[in-house]
Amino acid sequence: MDLITTRTLSKAFIEDILKKAESYEKAARDKKNLTVLKGKTLATLFFEPSTRTQMSFQAAMLRLGGTYLGFSNPKTTSSAKGETLADTIRVVEGYADAIVMRHSVEGAPARAAELTDLPVINAGDGSNQHPSQALLDLFTIRKEKGKIDGQTILLAGDLKYGRTVHSLMYALSHYDVDIQLFSPPSLKMPESIVNDIKDRVSVTETSDFGDADVVYATRVQRERFADPEEYQKSLYTIDESMLAKIKTDAIILHPLPRVKEIAPEVDADPRAKYFEQSFYGVPTRMAILDTLLGGSSE
Amino acid sequence: MIEPKENEFLKAKKIETGTVIDHVPKGVALKVLRVLGIEDDFPGTVTVLMNVPSSHYGFKDIIKIEGRILQKKEIAKMALLAPAATVNTIKNYTVVDKYVVQVPSLLEGVVACPNPNCITRLEGTARLLVENASPVTLRCAYCEKVYGEKDLTY
Repeated sequence: MDLITTRTLSKAFIEDILKKAESYEKAARDKKNLTVLKGKTLATLFFEPSTRTQMSFQAAMLRLGGTYLGFSNPKTTSSAKGETLADTIRVVEGYADAIVMRHSVEGAPARAAELTDLPVINAGDGSNQHPSQALLDLFTIRKEKGKIDGQTILLAGDLKYGRTVHSLMYALSHYDVDIQLFSPPSLKMPESIVNDIKDRVSVTETSDFGDADVVYATRVQRERFADPEEYQKSLYTIDESMLAKIKTDAIILHPLPRVKEIAPEVDADPRAKYFEQSFYGVPTRMAILDTLLGGSSE
Repeated sequence: MIEPKENEFLKAKKIETGTVIDHVPKGVALKVLRVLGIEDDFPGTVTVLMNVPSSHYGFKDIIKIEGRILQKKEIAKMALLAPAATVNTIKNYTVVDKYVVQVPSLLEGVVACPNPNCITRLEGTARLLVENASPVTLRCAYCEKVYGEKDLTY
């Protein structure tokens, strides 16, 4: 079994992960190591840089009693010498029990998954998907808001190329939520994704942050704009004046790293939950690894 | 002047061995030939009839290719352009095989994924899932991007 995309995930699978994440939260918080995946090795193949995703998968594996090996700088690997992904996967297959992969090329994890019988987890492929992030986002919403159903969730920033919001759209579509979209005109959510879920969930565009129970901010990247002026015009910042317009019981999330989308002064506001969200990555990824590697829950 | 009937056209252009593609949408015949790789160096006779009156479609195009029997992969590719076409295989001036083209549910190695950042542009074989036959909507099995027929390069 693999975790490549949220587009085809069932609600039962998502709920199972969230339930397991709940059961692992204490161990993650207490930094306690379990033995669920003792003797198992996770290969972390990061063909593209990562801080949180890579470290939280590694932390999750260690908490479950397993080990990891891998790389985070593809320049030091054979892929820099022109080795195909197929060859890399066939080699790694002999070293590990599961593979976590981040790649700038879209579909690379899906291709890896068909080349090996080992479980493959997509840790981000280009602008396509980042499914484990979406699962931890759901877990965060449930933990911080009590439930996912009934929430109005506003996704802001680069919705066109942002893989986290693509995955989150599909994951949220299994719940009774209203999704609001806020982005520069050139960075709108792909129509195909909206079309895929619009029969299950309400999706509207907005410029008003006042109705949201969850504000999910993402980065607007400079490299997406040919015109620097256009980039400047597309930036948005959640700062103190913006906070005044956001519900007092809302939560503010961000997959991080942030640049200017959330001003540092917001960190002290009780609605700011992005560092907590980052922590929830550990129990959620413990749940994913447990499920895919066939551990038995402790 | 009396307009010749459709079957008179067909009689006049009978071929010995090859393929007759009927019910091609009006104006699409030349694109179908390009997709099939039939260029100016093709040795056989190619007859293209455009804007032929059709009782079913109003107007249609017809293509007759002397000396070429189409392969399944070629027909799958052509189906994206002409989803209601009929392909007649001719041998000894006789139709030996005739069937209505169907857009397959999966196009494997037929056309490239239009996404330049898709893994299949670097390695492996393109696999495009047909989510809708008319109008054609395709989803890459790897990068998950969704495309229409106009996005494809043949």
